[in-house]
Amino acid sequence: MTNQNQSLIFELSKPGRIGYSIPELDVPETPIEELIGSDYVRADEPELPEVSELQIMRHYTALSTRNHGVDSGFYPLGSCTMKYNPKINEDVARIPGLAHIHPYQDEDTVQGAMEMLYDLQTTLEEITGMDEVTLQPAAGAHGEWTGLMMIRAYHEKNGDHQRTKVIVPDSAHGTNPASATVAGFDAVTVKSDENGLVDLEDLKRVVGDDTAALMLTNPNTLGLFEEQILDMARIIHEAGGKLYYDGANMNAIMGRTRPGDMGFDVVHLNLHKTFTGPHGGGGPGSGPVGVKKDLLPYLPKPLLVKTEDGYRFDYNRPDSIGRVKPFYGNFGINVRAYTYIQTMGREGLKKVSDYAVLNANYMMRRLAPHFDLPYNQHCKHEFVLSGKRQKKLGVRTLDMAKRLLDFGYHPPTIYFPLNVEEGMMIEPTETESKETLDEFIEAMIQIAREAEESPEVVQQAPHTTVVKRLDETTAARKPILRYEKE
Amino acid sequence: MVKFRYLPMTEQDQKEMLAEIGIDSIDELFKDIPENVRFKGDLNITEAIPEPELMKKMNGFAQKNVNTKEYTSFLGAGVYDHYIPSIVDHVISRSEFYTAYTPYQPEISQGELQAIFEFQTMICELTGMEVANSSMYDGQTALGEAAFLSAAHTKKNKVVVSKSIHPEALSVLKTYAKGPNLDVVEIDATNGTTDLDALRAEVDENTACVIVQYPNFFGQIEPLKEIEEIVHQQKAMFVVSSNPLSLGTLQPPGKFNADIVIGDAQPFGIPAAFGGPHCGYFATTKKLMRKVPGRLVGQTKDEEGKRGFVLTLQAREQHIRRDKATSNICSNQALNAVAASVAMTAIGKKGVKEISMQNLHKANYTKKQLEKNGMKVIFEGAFFNELVVKLPKPVKDVNKALLEKGIIGGYDLGQYYPDLEDHMLIAITEQRTKEEIDTFVKELGGVQ
Repeated sequence: MTNQNQSLIFELSKPGRIGYSIPELDVPETPIEELIGSDYVRADEPELPEVSELQIMRHYTALSTRNHGVDSGFYPLGSCTMKYNPKINEDVARIPGLAHIHPYQDEDTVQGAMEMLYDLQTTLEEITGMDEVTLQPAAGAHGEWTGLMMIRAYHEKNGDHQRTKVIVPDSAHGTNPASATVAGFDAVTVKSDENGLVDLEDLKRVVGDDTAALMLTNPNTLGLFEEQILDMARIIHEAGGKLYYDGANMNAIMGRTRPGDMGFDVVHLNLHKTFTGPHGGGGPGSGPVGVKKDLLPYLPKPLLVKTEDGYRFDYNRPDSIGRVKPFYGNFGINVRAYTYIQTMGREGLKKVSDYAVLNANYMMRRLAPHFDLPYNQHCKHEFVLSGKRQKKLGVRTLDMAKRLLDFGYHPPTIYFPLNVEEGMMIEPTETESKETLDEFIEAMIQIAREAEESPEVVQQAPHTTVVKRLDETTAARKPILRYEKE
Repeated sequence: MVKFRYLPMTEQDQKEMLAEIGIDSIDELFKDIPENVRFKGDLNITEAIPEPELMKKMNGFAQKNVNTKEYTSFLGAGVYDHYIPSIVDHVISRSEFYTAYTPYQPEISQGELQAIFEFQTMICELTGMEVANSSMYDGQTALGEAAFLSAAHTKKNKVVVSKSIHPEALSVLKTYAKGPNLDVVEIDATNGTTDLDALRAEVDENTACVIVQYPNFFGQIEPLKEIEEIVHQQKAMFVVSSNPLSLGTLQPPGKFNADIVIGDAQPFGIPAAFGGPHCGYFATTKKLMRKVPGRLVGQTKDEEGKRGFVLTLQAREQHIRRDKATSNICSNQALNAVAASVAMTAIGKKGVKEISMQNLHKANYTKKQLEKNGMKVIFEGAFFNELVVKLPKPVKDVNKALLEKGIIGGYDLGQYYPDLEDHMLIAITEQRTKEEIDTFVKELGGVQ
């Protein structure tokens, strides 16, 4: 990373420069006032940059060097599954017959795309153990909301209008309670027990005839498998509720167990996580949702179906919750996920989960002597350390995260889940070599030692990045959200 | 053991790691999965396919599709065939951008953060608004979120929406509205634009917002000036969905006192990709800044006074507010926001005017040619780059004939509007040459 000050593109702009090239207008021109009423003709000009093509390329190249991706270095950001993004995926997504097809072309002219999507649906049904999958939702949170809207439609169809509550563990992703609210439910929290798992007694206390669903991540955000899943499923189902699976942690269990077999009624997946989307700096993602038979009528429409007459979009679905997204979902991401699944196959996907879990357990055991490990059992694909011990020395988890930047690493997810004090959630993924894990472990051990011997080194970190710690308080108090010419 | 090129685990690695953990096999790490939910056997999915064969397989799917690189397309209806500068793909192929995630660690994410800050600025410039977020899934779901924000802000329940917005935006809105039980009321379009009398009659003190599209789904330019008066008289929020490219020529919604402007940046550097991923945007006023859904990037300083960028006003978002959040959006369309930024930068101040003007002129030329050839272009009002033509036959049949001539015809309006059966919505972008337009008009005339 370079250390120079980085101009904004607007600051490089100079009147008269251009960065584009299109043919001259080749049709007769009518004076604009004859085409558009004067009130509707733009009076001022939008201040977009005026720069040459090389200036643009240098600008964005400079920006890219100020950004850390998986290709730059290790990125153990818990719950985000920052695995390698295969290059063939990118090539495939750019094939003209996949990149340059219009969603409103006649179905007969896009049979290749529809066949691939159908095969992806079927494959995801098998991986999750569900009966039917929709590829429409745009991302994980969008999938959560879609699933909850289906659960709501199901209860309403049964006349169960009193089912207004969605139960969410205290360790859940923030999107879970937010999705519940946006879908018109009240979120109710169920506590974790001393082993980091859902407290069954507390679950029995909060469940009732007002329960619409329980949302669960399994393994949970602590990286622990909810061993009592069948009991939980029974409690929820006996109360008349539905069981929702947050697939953010699917990378831990492929080929080992399936949400459908655990009793889940709805599942969403994050194709940009487990299935190498890629993450894109925050998106676009893809959040397919799978359901069991009960909920099938409520799937968003249209539903992609296979008929004797080829692949078709079925709009005739009277109980559908409706559309959740225009067209058919984030096709380009689905293409990449499909390519990945074809690359790995059944044997490969199982190895993915096996090695993701092995890597996480290895790191956990090697780091355990140096940090607090709140839950000592085997983890799945990720684990959570606590920085409690270092906090007593005046070094917070935030400081340690910033110190990791000096070693060229992206830090773990920090201060999450909320039920761990000074938490650090580490997810290595299966695509990292043992050497990388060992180097990271050594860096963590060195930081733990620094916390004891020279805490200021950690407290003042980072020391090597292009900017030091940024003033987030002022950013929020006096927001500057766009460039303005001085 | 190493058989998969993405998996570096060797037998030796595995042995050492198991020893460190103190177990004999990986199976032991899965013992906490209850016996009766363990998956036994093999998943019934594909075998692994080697890279060269996989490329062939994927090309095989692609070849079964008709694509707009080989065919001349007059299909728009919310997704357009525009000039994509080559540089766009080169920038977003830099893997520091596409293999990163949400910039939660600003010190090593300045590239992404600054690129998004620039995106926010460019969206503000085009829409004439004060604040824009870092992107939404697409224009249609952004519209749903605009309804949420309006209802939460005004504490009112009624969402009045013109039927001349994108029909799938209307469908998505209806699904979104079920969550907080919003009352969606549709206003008919007469002669291609929102019926102002019907609108006036419907907007009342319970109205949270009025939503129109500009240019609308039929390509027509909605009378924002008159609509704004009706909306703000009742203190409702004025929400405008807008194609940002058109705003190189059209007066931006911000100048008509829009409260929220949403839309899709697909016209800037983003391929159709069978409908996604595209790039929704969400722009509003400073007043509503603290209620915007999704991520916002703000400028600040580091400890040494150097300029830098951070995610800001995060107290609005789901990971902080959890069940009190008014939106659940987390991942957005970041990479496509960067693509759109690169395109907006390359096209620049001059290009956005030139290209949008070319759309306008080519569409108007097409209208004249169609009329000259005896076809009826319905709707008399001003329009941007789309128009509606009445055909003597079902659109599906016409499109089939056009396809044989290497042309992808327009959108069949009869699918959503029963009174517009046999009407085709045609998009004419700067990509279409005079020759292509003339051929299209001739062929369209020929199907009579």
